[in-house]
Amino acid sequence: MTRDLVARIGHAVLILIVLVVILFPLYWMVAASFKSADQLFRVPPPWLWSPTVAGYVDALANSGILRALGNSALVVGCAVLLGLMVGAPAAYGIARYQFRGRKEVWFWYVTNWMLVPVVILLPFYMTAVKLHLINNPIVLILVYQVFVVPLIIWLLVDQFRSVPVALEEAAQLDGLNRFTIFLRIALPLVKPGIAVAAILSGIFAWNDLLYAFVLTPSDSARTAPTIAMAYLGGYSVPWTKVMASSTMICAPVIIGGIIVHKYIARGLTLGAVK
Amino acid sequence: MSQTPIKPEYKQPWRERLAPWFFVSPSLVLLLAIGLFPVIYTGYYSTFNWTMGFGTPSFAGFGNYVQALTSSDFGWSVLRTLILLAITLPIELVLGLVIAFALDSAHNVWLRRALQVCLVIPIAITPAVIGLLAQLMFNQQFGIINYLIGLIGIAPVDWLGGSVSAFATVVAVHIWEWTPFVALVLSASLSTVPTDIEEAVMLETDRWWPRFKSVILPYMWPGITAALVFQTAFTIKSFGMIYSIAQGGPGTSTMFAMLQIERTAFRGFNIGLASAESILMLIMSIVLARIYIRLFYTDKDD
Repeated sequence: MTRDLVARIGHAVLILIVLVVILFPLYWMVAASFKSADQLFRVPPPWLWSPTVAGYVDALANSGILRALGNSALVVGCAVLLGLMVGAPAAYGIARYQFRGRKEVWFWYVTNWMLVPVVILLPFYMTAVKLHLINNPIVLILVYQVFVVPLIIWLLVDQFRSVPVALEEAAQLDGLNRFTIFLRIALPLVKPGIAVAAILSGIFAWNDLLYAFVLTPSDSARTAPTIAMAYLGGYSVPWTKVMASSTMICAPVIIGGIIVHKYIARGLTLGAVK
Repeated sequence: MSQTPIKPEYKQPWRERLAPWFFVSPSLVLLLAIGLFPVIYTGYYSTFNWTMGFGTPSFAGFGNYVQALTSSDFGWSVLRTLILLAITLPIELVLGLVIAFALDSAHNVWLRRALQVCLVIPIAITPAVIGLLAQLMFNQQFGIINYLIGLIGIAPVDWLGGSVSAFATVVAVHIWEWTPFVALVLSASLSTVPTDIEEAVMLETDRWWPRFKSVILPYMWPGITAALVFQTAFTIKSFGMIYSIAQGGPGTSTMFAMLQIERTAFRGFNIGLASAESILMLIMSIVLARIYIRLFYTDKDD
């Protein structure tokens, strides 16, 4: 009886420790964003302080963070849309047909998902330079398909499989062709799955630093993660401003991550775990 | 799961046989254009001696590969990446396993749900920001880490100033960033252990270890393998956190393979060498993809 109680308490304490370790850095970032420089550098750090939005005002006033957030939103939105347009039919094809070459097709998606980014970055960079497309968001939208498409396909294959085949067979008897069945019957039934796929692949596109760093380096074209790096160049780092910007950059992906948290493990491993 | 086309392939009319390709080809064409074409391009340039902006490319054969494989910069950066893997993988696996078990057997619904949701935060958060935040928290003068270890009497450490301590900082941050992913994967695979079997064994033995080794572990192998394969791929690929935390420094102590190639390509503009190094990394990722297919992709369940 008492042994059981001790075990239970130990268990709860363990979980609480894990929660604190995970959440503390996040708290520290948000807390730092509401401190003045003086409060931020004070040792020992104040646990209670009068919050100030000076960091946010500073960041919003003169660093182009809004523009960078806008650039990121545009690039991610378009990348996810393009990914869905080619990924949704592909997922349907994989889920509904047994065909020769299916394994090779799947291997190709997995290879793209595992691909080391620098391999395609170099030719993309040289081609973009040649075509004067450096700093053009189109290049980023295209290059992100390398991980957006496999992720979307994987998540939607799972979804399409759960749509009852009988429904589609009935439609087939009514004389609808396969594409119409896909568009009118299967696709509307997997709407929640589409939302999950869009959010999860969007998180990855939003978080990219390497491609954006090289392909859209200018002040007007750079994305949110890149702009955070721009502060580091100077002699002293404006930490309150950096943390305010960081909080703004992370907020959308943290919210998105919480929404799709059930699908993250299965999504990232392309379905290798149940 | 049942499949729509019941007829064997050779008996199907050509329309039905082409139908799947109608659905998958847009994605294939797109990925060939942005995936395969650039890789061929990189492969082509890897056989040239060429620094962008300086003269014209001259044929080098396998010269760049020889240089990449024998150069200490690239060799060390790959070795550093492997050391990072060798240190973080076992730690993350053990911690992930502990968290997965804690999650599986949590009595309190609220604690369990809170943990499930919180585990996604380190995965979802922008890696570049993680690096920045780590710089703040591990700062020698005003960092919270030095304050906390000061409470138990340890003198402040210049974490990102020394080569060993900077590497250790990257290890610590990597563990914070990726253990939750490993835990989620393992927790998913732990839930595949049938409860009736688990209960039956509970009656047999009270001891935890034999129960784990002979009953739970066999069910968890696919999950553990998945965690290892993907964790390896993500670590090799990762750039954002590693770049933003110390830009490879101090010296070259946190210069991992991705950073090294980025430097060769976009600071040195040595296109030929960077291409050869990229191709070597590509081979590594293809091997990993093959392992994935071999282990997890079976035609029987789909």
